[in-house]
Amino acid sequence: MPLTRRTALLAGAATLAAPQLATAQPGPKRGGIVTVHINAEQRILNPALRASTGVYLITSKIMEALVDLDAAGKPDPMLAVSWASTPDGLTHTFALRPGVKWHDGKPFTAADVQYTAMELWKKELNYATTLQQYLVAVDTPDDHTAVFRYSRPMPQDLLLRALADLGYIAPKHVFAGTDVLQNPANTAPIGTGPFRFVRYERGQYVIADRNPDYWKPGLPYLDRIVWRFINDRAAAAAALESGQIQISPLSSLSLADMDRLQKDPRFEVSTRGNEANAVENTVEYNCRNKYLADVRVRQAIAHALDIPFFCENFLYGFGKPATGPIPSTSKAFFPATSKPPYPFDVARANALLDEAGFKRGAGGQRFGLRLLPTVAGEDVPLFATFIQQSLDAVGIKVEIIQLDAAGFLSRTYKDWDFDLATGWHQYRGDPAVSTTVWYRSGSPRGAPWTNQFGWQSDQADKLMDDAASETDPAKRRALYADVVRVVDEGLPVYMAIERQFITASSKALVNANNNPRWASSHWADLSLA
Amino acid sequence: MPLLLLALRRLALRLPTLGLILVGLFLLLQLAPGDTVDAMLAQMGGGDPALADRLRSFYGLDATVPVQLGRYLWRLVRLDLGQSAIYGKPVLDVILERLPATLLLTLSSLGLAVAGGMALGVLAARRADGWPDTAISLLGLLFYATPSFWLGLMGIVVFAVKLAWLPAGGLQEVGTGLAGWAAVLDIAWHLVLPTATLSLIFMAIYLRVMRASMLEVLGLDFVRAARAKGVTEGRVLVRHVLRNALLPVVTLVGLQGATLLGGSVVVESVFSLPGLGRLAYESVVQRDLNMLLGIVFASTLLVILVNLAVDLVYARLDPRIAR
Repeated sequence: MPLTRRTALLAGAATLAAPQLATAQPGPKRGGIVTVHINAEQRILNPALRASTGVYLITSKIMEALVDLDAAGKPDPMLAVSWASTPDGLTHTFALRPGVKWHDGKPFTAADVQYTAMELWKKELNYATTLQQYLVAVDTPDDHTAVFRYSRPMPQDLLLRALADLGYIAPKHVFAGTDVLQNPANTAPIGTGPFRFVRYERGQYVIADRNPDYWKPGLPYLDRIVWRFINDRAAAAAALESGQIQISPLSSLSLADMDRLQKDPRFEVSTRGNEANAVENTVEYNCRNKYLADVRVRQAIAHALDIPFFCENFLYGFGKPATGPIPSTSKAFFPATSKPPYPFDVARANALLDEAGFKRGAGGQRFGLRLLPTVAGEDVPLFATFIQQSLDAVGIKVEIIQLDAAGFLSRTYKDWDFDLATGWHQYRGDPAVSTTVWYRSGSPRGAPWTNQFGWQSDQADKLMDDAASETDPAKRRALYADVVRVVDEGLPVYMAIERQFITASSKALVNANNNPRWASSHWADLSLA
Repeated sequence: MPLLLLALRRLALRLPTLGLILVGLFLLLQLAPGDTVDAMLAQMGGGDPALADRLRSFYGLDATVPVQLGRYLWRLVRLDLGQSAIYGKPVLDVILERLPATLLLTLSSLGLAVAGGMALGVLAARRADGWPDTAISLLGLLFYATPSFWLGLMGIVVFAVKLAWLPAGGLQEVGTGLAGWAAVLDIAWHLVLPTATLSLIFMAIYLRVMRASMLEVLGLDFVRAARAKGVTEGRVLVRHVLRNALLPVVTLVGLQGATLLGGSVVVESVFSLPGLGRLAYESVVQRDLNMLLGIVFASTLLVILVNLAVDLVYARLDPRIAR
């Protein structure tokens, strides 16, 4: 769907109207400091170099992307005011916002976009290196126009959705001609955003202050944002309760504390504002294992897990059974009719295992498997134990091998030394960004969270390749529905539980959680009541 | 100057130990699966192997283990601790940034533990088997048996969340621009809970040792002689008994200087203090080899210094040792 000039103009008009709308709301007032919890130290504060929620949580207030997502999940103009695409999907033209200045006073121009896209996104930024692999050049006919040229069709909806996360612009005059990995601006970011970086005190905090020259007049409301590093979950909950912090995003508190704070009238604890940050709990199979090579065994394992019971009793209701790799929050792609493919059914699981020829032996045991849980949330070790106990009931003995993040990553995705693994699949707005890589064959060994499962389906490969360069949104949607069907059947990974990140925030905040990737958005309109 | 010579000799004796510890740790960490690039990819939420390879060569991880070890030792000889992978700056700088918090925490905890332990121990010994003795011993046992993270969290719940008397964590109020005495008071305010938490366990140990040692010395002939000569009870306790009973406690303080550093890992995490303990933990998780070796180097030096100080105090308390 190439955007016409009219829709582009409408989009532009919408941004112009935005500040007035915000001021018309009851409550927002200027001034004040908001303190945010972040649970891990970040090595790099440059979202054009590192795509991760931890980096966005801080830098999205300082640096800006071409587009963001609005409350309805539609592209929201940021540094790009409008865009148009040729019908073949090979050329995408962005009109850039005029009169924007970097925090060091230099003007923002198309050269910054060109440099960032070609040198950072295409070469360095995780996920973008794949997304932009067919990007040939970015032309800059004038200072406020950037023309992206591709050698293979790039669907406009994919590009725009992906750019909300993978479209942050870095200043060319700071990075060009330097070793980008060693550039000091990676830890002292210079951007165009509503807040200016002030200081990063290692192990303690990051501070950013109001940018008085921000391009949205009258914004931001807050004087200052402070991000505090607290890696102990219980201590973070205490900090929230004692008023030291106002926001704890991205499921960083313990489930028990979130359940407790949910009942506290001072706080909002919900998945609101995380609609674009869907997470699925996985059961990953090493199909090279002689038992797991049989698809019936993989299906039996899925049938043996009582997912609704787990969600209710272990996740305090924060989760529901997934229907496949595309979560229900993805309105553009979720196949409306899909159901959880492997409902809890122990009899069926036993029958499938018998059918596969793995009868119960001495002590009712069929065979043993090793399970590697990743290090992500508190839910992962819980789910690992749940898998262990559930599979015991169908005669599969599971040994849990707990490693730390680095150990898990290298042992599972580089050494392939696992039978089962469990962790998170993160869905980033469009299946082509970080979802189809879980199933596409030919992923180089060592690429984490990709198909390292020894599974291949020519049908799935073709469907995913077609969908990635299909420019008609309706056809893309249909293709991805087929992908879901095929991979749910072949089952190299069982996407078991669908969840969103949970944000705990003080109710004293105005305009909190008001867009689908709120923790990673600009917060220019955030204020204290 | 015999004291200084003694100190230097002890220092020299410990240098080979330090070298062994560093090489051993280096090799031990090679056994852990995954390297700092894996840890980084985990934090980034993924990345392609070409990027990983580039990062590995950036961090010098593409060389063989002996070569990496050789490079490390060569740097160490030139007193260069290398670059930190997490922080992207020299290890020494990061350590110097973090050292003050840890030193402040451990020294104030140690001070509190020694002072409190001594006072309670003396009190308990004076009325051995009376009710103060029983109460103090019971309390000591309780503190000794309580894990410090739990004690810390309970402290936060009671004094920060419920009563709102003390801050829940951090080293200082962020961004208030306090200076001079106000800043010092602010930091002291933030350190009340962590110091109390860390010191209680050690206080329990010291009080028990102090009590036993006091009782032993109280039964010696020279004490009876002192009393017989008409010295007041208070003076007997302070001048004669206490000084002699202190030796075991001082030994213990030296031995536990290292344990205290270890204990600060937990307390620093619970109270979000930017100290060496938390840095060490993060370095292990992030596989930041240079950083970790640097911390071990620094803490070994610290322990050596503490032991040196203990030797000096010994000499002061018991002049026979210095001779």
